[in-house]
Amino acid sequence: MKKVFRKRKRQGIFKYTVNEQWAVKDVSFEVAHGETYGLLGPNGSGKSTLIRILSTLLIPDHGEVRLMGHRLPDEEREVRWKIGRVSVDAAFYKKLSARENLLYSAYLYGLEPKGAEKRAFEILERLGIESRRFSDPLEEMSRGMQQKVSIARALMINPPMLLLDEPTTGLDPKSRRDVQRFLEELREEEGTTILLTTHDMNEAERLCARIGFLAHGQLVAEGASEELKQQAQTATLEDAFIKMTGESLSGDEVGNQEGGKE
Amino acid sequence: MIAGRRPMITPGRQLMAFVFRDFSLTRRYLGWVVVFTFYAMVNSATIALIGVAAKDERLTLTLIVGVLLWSFLSVLFNEIAMSVAYERWEGTLEYTFMAPVSRLVHLFGVSLYAVVYSIIRLAIVVGGLAVFIGLDLSRANLLGILIVLLVSSFAFIGLGLMAAVLPVFSAERGAEATNIFQGCLLLVSGVYYPVEILPGWLQPLAKLSPATYSLSACRKLMGLGSGQGQFVGAPISAVASELLTLTLMGVVMVPLGLWVFGHVERWAKKTGKLKRTG
Repeated sequence: MKKVFRKRKRQGIFKYTVNEQWAVKDVSFEVAHGETYGLLGPNGSGKSTLIRILSTLLIPDHGEVRLMGHRLPDEEREVRWKIGRVSVDAAFYKKLSARENLLYSAYLYGLEPKGAEKRAFEILERLGIESRRFSDPLEEMSRGMQQKVSIARALMINPPMLLLDEPTTGLDPKSRRDVQRFLEELREEEGTTILLTTHDMNEAERLCARIGFLAHGQLVAEGASEELKQQAQTATLEDAFIKMTGESLSGDEVGNQEGGKE
Repeated sequence: MIAGRRPMITPGRQLMAFVFRDFSLTRRYLGWVVVFTFYAMVNSATIALIGVAAKDERLTLTLIVGVLLWSFLSVLFNEIAMSVAYERWEGTLEYTFMAPVSRLVHLFGVSLYAVVYSIIRLAIVVGGLAVFIGLDLSRANLLGILIVLLVSSFAFIGLGLMAAVLPVFSAERGAEATNIFQGCLLLVSGVYYPVEILPGWLQPLAKLSPATYSLSACRKLMGLGSGQGQFVGAPISAVASELLTLTLMGVVMVPLGLWVFGHVERWAKKTGKLKRTG
C-alpha cells in the first residue's frame, strides 16, 4: 500500500507550493491469525500511519488492505467491530474517571455495560491498578496508569485483532513488564492477533513471532528475530536494524521523499 | 459477547453512549455550566429591562421572546456544531470515529442530549427571568411554544451538523468560523427586531434562517401577533405555516447535514485531517 500526505504552503495571494511526504511506500505484509507481528522503526518511519490505515482512520492512496477477511475502506463498518487499538497517546476525556470512560466505550460498542465494566476492571487489576482508583479522573492518573486504562478499553470489547501503536512508550519498567506479560497471556488465552509497533528491540523480541523493519515508509526486511540477525550477520536485533535500514531507532523524522510542485 | 461480533441491540446503546458521555461531562464541568446559565439569565434580564425602561409591554415581550429563543437555539446549535471541536481538543476524535457506530446514530446521540440540555437550561433562564422582572406567562400558549421549539430543533440540528464539519478542516479556524456563522444567524433572523428593518440585500437571507420562523411563531403564541391590548397567546393553528416551513427545513437540512458530514469525513480520511491536531 501507499500513502502520501500533501501540505500546501502559501507563497502569495494566489500562489502556493505543495509538499508531498511519503508516509508509507509500497508496504506489503501479512499477519497470520493468532500471530503477534511487530513493526520496528524510528519516528516518522510510517508505523502510526499504517496503524491508522488499519484502524479505518486513513484511506490509502493505492493498494489493497484486507483485515480479518474484510477489504478497506469498503467494509470499514465490519472491520471496526473486530479491532481494538491502543495508541501512543492515551486518548480519553481526562476530566472523566476511568469508569466513566470505560462505560462510554461499552455503550459505544453496544455492550451490556455491567458485564463490560466487570471485564475491564478485571483487566485493570491484572495490570496492577487498584480498584479504588477507578473513580478518579484520568487527569489525576500517571501516564502509565492511563495507558493501562487504554489497554483495558481496547480489550474490553474482546477484539479478535489488536492494533498496538507503541503501547509501552513512556512507561516505567514495571508498568512496561506488566503490559508485556499481559499481552503474552492474552495471546495464549484468547488467541488474539496482535500488530505491535515499537522502538523497543527487547519488547519486539519478547512478544513478536515475526518482525518487520520499517524505514523511510518502506518495509526493508521481515522475519523472525533470529532470521533477521542471521540475514544481517549481527549479534543483536538492534545491530541488524541499523545494518539493514541504515539508521538507528532513535532517529527523528527521516526518510520521507519530499518534493515541491506548483 | 463473541469476539468481534455485532451485538443485537446496538443502536440504542450506542445512542446512549453519547448521552452518557455528554451528561458525565456536564457533571464534571458543572461549575462552568452554572456560570454560563447564570450569565444567560442576567443577559436575558438586561435585554428585557430595555423594554421595561421604555414602559412598553409589547417591546418587553418581543425582547424576551427573542432572547429566550436565541438562548435555546444558540446553545443547541453550538453543542452540535462544536462537538467535533471538543473531541479534537480532548484528543478523542480518532477513537470515536473508529468505533463501529454509524454517523447517524453518533450525531443523533449528540443532538438528543443537546436538545434536552438546551430545554432544561431554557427553563432555568425563564424561571430566573420570572423572579427578576415578574414575567407573567399565564396567557401564553406554552404548549404551542414547546412544540415550536421541538420542531425548530431539527432544522438547527441540520445547520449544526453542517457547521460541525468546519473543525475537521482546522481545529482552531473551524471553531472561529462556527461562531461567525452563528453570529450571522443572529443578525439575519430578527431576534430583537423585525427583519423588515434589515438592509434589502440581507432580507432574503432572513427567509433562509429557521430562527426567523421560530421567532415569528413564538411571538404569536406569546400574544404578540395581534394588535393592541391584552397579550393572549394564539392557538397552535395560527402558526401552522411557520410549523410547516420549519418541518420542511428540518426534512431538508438534517439529511443534507449528514451528507455533508459524511463527505467531509471521507475527505479527512484521505488527507489525514482526523488526527488529534492539524
